[in-house]
Amino acid sequence: MCQQPTNDAEKQPSLHHARRNFLKQTSALTALALAPSVVMKAAEKKLDEKAAGFFEQKTLNIEVNGKAHQLSVEPRATLLDVLRENLHLTGSKKGCDLGQCGACTVHVDGKRVLSCLSLAVMQNGKKITTIEGLQQGDQLHPMQEAFIKHDGFQCGYCTPGQIMSAVACISEGHAGTDNEIREYMSGNICRCGAYPNIVDAISEVAKKGGSRD
Amino acid sequence: MGNYFFDSATVFEELDRVDGKAKVTGQAKYSAEYEMPGLAYGVIVGANISKGTIAAIDINAAEKAPGVLGVVTHLNITKPAGYIAADATKPAAVRGLKVFDDNVIHFNGQPIALVMADSFERATHAASLIKAQYNKETFSTGLEQAMKDEKPLEGNQYKESIRGEKDAWKNAAVKVEGTYTMPNQVHNPMEMHATTVKWEGDDKVTVWEKTQGVKSTQRDIMQAFALTEKNVQVNTLYVGGGFGAALRTWPHAMAALIGAKKIGKPLKVVLTRMQMFTLVGYRPEAIQKIAIGADNDGKLIGMMHEANAVTSNYENFTENIVKMTRALYSCANVTTKYNVYPVELSTPTWMRGPGEATGSFPLECALDELSYQLKMDPIELRLKNYAETDPENGKPYSSKFLKEAYQLGADKFGWKDRHPIPNTMMENGWKVGVGMSTGIFGAFRNEAKLGLKLMADGTLIMQTAVSDSGPGTATAMTKIAADAMGLPYNKIKFELGDSSLPPGPTQGGSSSTSTVGAAVSTGCVTLQKKLAEAAKSSPVFGHIVAVENFLFQNGEMVLKTDPTKKLSYSEVLKNAGMTSIEFIENSGRNPAMEKYSAYSYAVHFVKVLVHPLTGVVKIAKAVVAGDAGKIVSPKTAKSQMIGGVVGGIGGALMEESVIDERYGRWINNNFADYHVPVHADVPAIEAVFVDKPDPILNPVGSKGMGEIALIGFAAAVANAVYHATGKRIRELPITPDKLI
Repeated sequence: MCQQPTNDAEKQPSLHHARRNFLKQTSALTALALAPSVVMKAAEKKLDEKAAGFFEQKTLNIEVNGKAHQLSVEPRATLLDVLRENLHLTGSKKGCDLGQCGACTVHVDGKRVLSCLSLAVMQNGKKITTIEGLQQGDQLHPMQEAFIKHDGFQCGYCTPGQIMSAVACISEGHAGTDNEIREYMSGNICRCGAYPNIVDAISEVAKKGGSRD
Repeated sequence: MGNYFFDSATVFEELDRVDGKAKVTGQAKYSAEYEMPGLAYGVIVGANISKGTIAAIDINAAEKAPGVLGVVTHLNITKPAGYIAADATKPAAVRGLKVFDDNVIHFNGQPIALVMADSFERATHAASLIKAQYNKETFSTGLEQAMKDEKPLEGNQYKESIRGEKDAWKNAAVKVEGTYTMPNQVHNPMEMHATTVKWEGDDKVTVWEKTQGVKSTQRDIMQAFALTEKNVQVNTLYVGGGFGAALRTWPHAMAALIGAKKIGKPLKVVLTRMQMFTLVGYRPEAIQKIAIGADNDGKLIGMMHEANAVTSNYENFTENIVKMTRALYSCANVTTKYNVYPVELSTPTWMRGPGEATGSFPLECALDELSYQLKMDPIELRLKNYAETDPENGKPYSSKFLKEAYQLGADKFGWKDRHPIPNTMMENGWKVGVGMSTGIFGAFRNEAKLGLKLMADGTLIMQTAVSDSGPGTATAMTKIAADAMGLPYNKIKFELGDSSLPPGPTQGGSSSTSTVGAAVSTGCVTLQKKLAEAAKSSPVFGHIVAVENFLFQNGEMVLKTDPTKKLSYSEVLKNAGMTSIEFIENSGRNPAMEKYSAYSYAVHFVKVLVHPLTGVVKIAKAVVAGDAGKIVSPKTAKSQMIGGVVGGIGGALMEESVIDERYGRWINNNFADYHVPVHADVPAIEAVFVDKPDPILNPVGSKGMGEIALIGFAAAVANAVYHATGKRIRELPITPDKLI
């Protein structure tokens, strides 16, 4: 997971330094193993954890919905988990965590991406748009309007992913016919079965000349 | 969002979902999406044997892993009060699997540990460090094997049930019989089950839980931890799909409650997609035999339906698989039998169209087969055996418009163009077939309490402790209240998903609109009376205070005899010196229903394309015609029916559990391998309704819809495939290998 960076963490040490510091700390802890009371104190202060935490973090600079963030994240954290758990942008959904359902779809530099299959650290310097960033002020994106009008959802859980995918489907030029929409939206599963209504919504937006991104 | 305007008191045809904006903007919060300081993450570790005991479990490495806050196993659990029976004659309050109660393993994937850490990644890693050794025992996970090796459960519900003469079908002039199989199917709502728990001390807890029953979850937690009602708060504002999988308080939720208590921090447990196959139920595998006999005119002489299904080895799950055969057609001689075999899988649970979705497959395929033998149109055969009264008890129906549904659906689909001979129609190199079927499900109404508040500004707030897994309860209730009170939609707020609200029903069995809608309907009548009473203080109406003298429209009370005399609800309150009118409306079953049987019906029509070389089946067109009483909210109703058909496409063509019987493990426990319909599998689907009110079940006139949308659909596809190819497929799903 990730933490907001503290001031002194701004300059992340190189991997080489980090490893050396880590080794220093762990060998210090090993040496302390001979003195039980000191070890107890070390455990109370969770020194090993602090060491691990320090070693595990990487700096990440990303722009999410137009806002720049500098984060400190674990290399193994996915973009989806960083969005949901660290930035509290829970509009992007976790439906499988395996890249099979599309509920986590976001735009990275304007292209649709499965955020559960993307490590956060690989997005350094990139611009992310999530469902929370699609509307402009109080004005819903035309795709959001169309989903409401055509009732393109029931439970709403796959909806953010469907909408992010739908916007990209049009900008990619894959919304020429209903069958083409069906083909290029097939990575987004809807278990409530709103597919026909979703296709109607996308088709209408496409015919109106697409959508702003 | 075109219709949030107030322009007249006439009925608004289309109402967009009242929670639509929250859902399309990502603002709708589901159970894993609540931020709180110090939130910990829990990961469930599952057993990797199918039957036996845990000999040893090593949690040492996990406990020492960075960020770990605690680990719960059967060895260190502080058992909740509800695990222990008060005395030997009574069962413990916690039903089903008591998570971490002992070292006994009942199924592969059964939780053996909960690992809690300060981040999801750390908890997940630490969970991988848990190591267990087991004493393994022999097991069985398949129904076919169990039917060979085991005896079915005994009990009254499993006894043969005979109406009329037992073997009458055997002596009929025309007979069909067959064995039909259906694999386990898994609900797989898009939101994975999630529980967020926050204890305040030892006896007060708030839970954000994915549940279809806010009050039932609250009750389960109260009983498990011996807590008072006011000290258990359950919040479920949004549910990302349920389909029956969120009708119970499952072991992972109990684990979350136990774990959060142990570490003294708020805790969130989210299942993985793989765990969604083993920890929250499934529709049980079934092998069914059916036999039908008719005379040469198509009149049914006798029917026999025997269903075999699985349950777990620790809990009996039963559903009405054979009921439809007893209830749908007029037939004097019907024998049914239901056998249930325990296997080493977790307990199944109700899944959309429970019982009937399984039982309708053999019944409606057999009717179709019979129609070809008789050279009779399948709809004509069904009309020939149309039940005017309930064949099981002779009671009249509260309403039945199935004939109208046959007609409506047939017209919409173009059924008259069907060629009566199978394997004759081609389009662009594909074989073409059409098929139909009927679905039936009981129509219910349960008890609900509804809080109503008419505020000084004329806003009506309604509150009840229900949750909504997608059909759109708040939207339908807003529609009912808007029509009754003559209020614009934006002056109405329906609040739900909070156990502290007046008690509402669980969302299941297609009963929400009937149950809660009845409370809204009668609640509005009560509100009108209270408004008339309050209007006494207003000089405008003189001495006239009886509610019958008024129209309630445009947010105003209007005197019927002199429409120029009117007052807005706000003015009525103001003149009476009131800041609001608040009360709780109680709604329950209509006692008159004792004399009636109540059912909803669906008629499914399907056109399939079958590729002659590859055996690929495509659904080219589907029409569903429903008798679901009065349609309260046409837009959401249509969506719900279409959604049921999409679920039906999955059951008919692709959904199938694959379990490696050597290890008792699910092989296809993810969306890449357990196929559900995607966009490309689903054509345009039309849903039409008879839309005639049921005059008795509830004052709204509605009947249920969620279940019938799916019930019978698989049979319609199998029948269409037969029509296209001349091949009768009796094994679901209808995959290409079965057609080549």
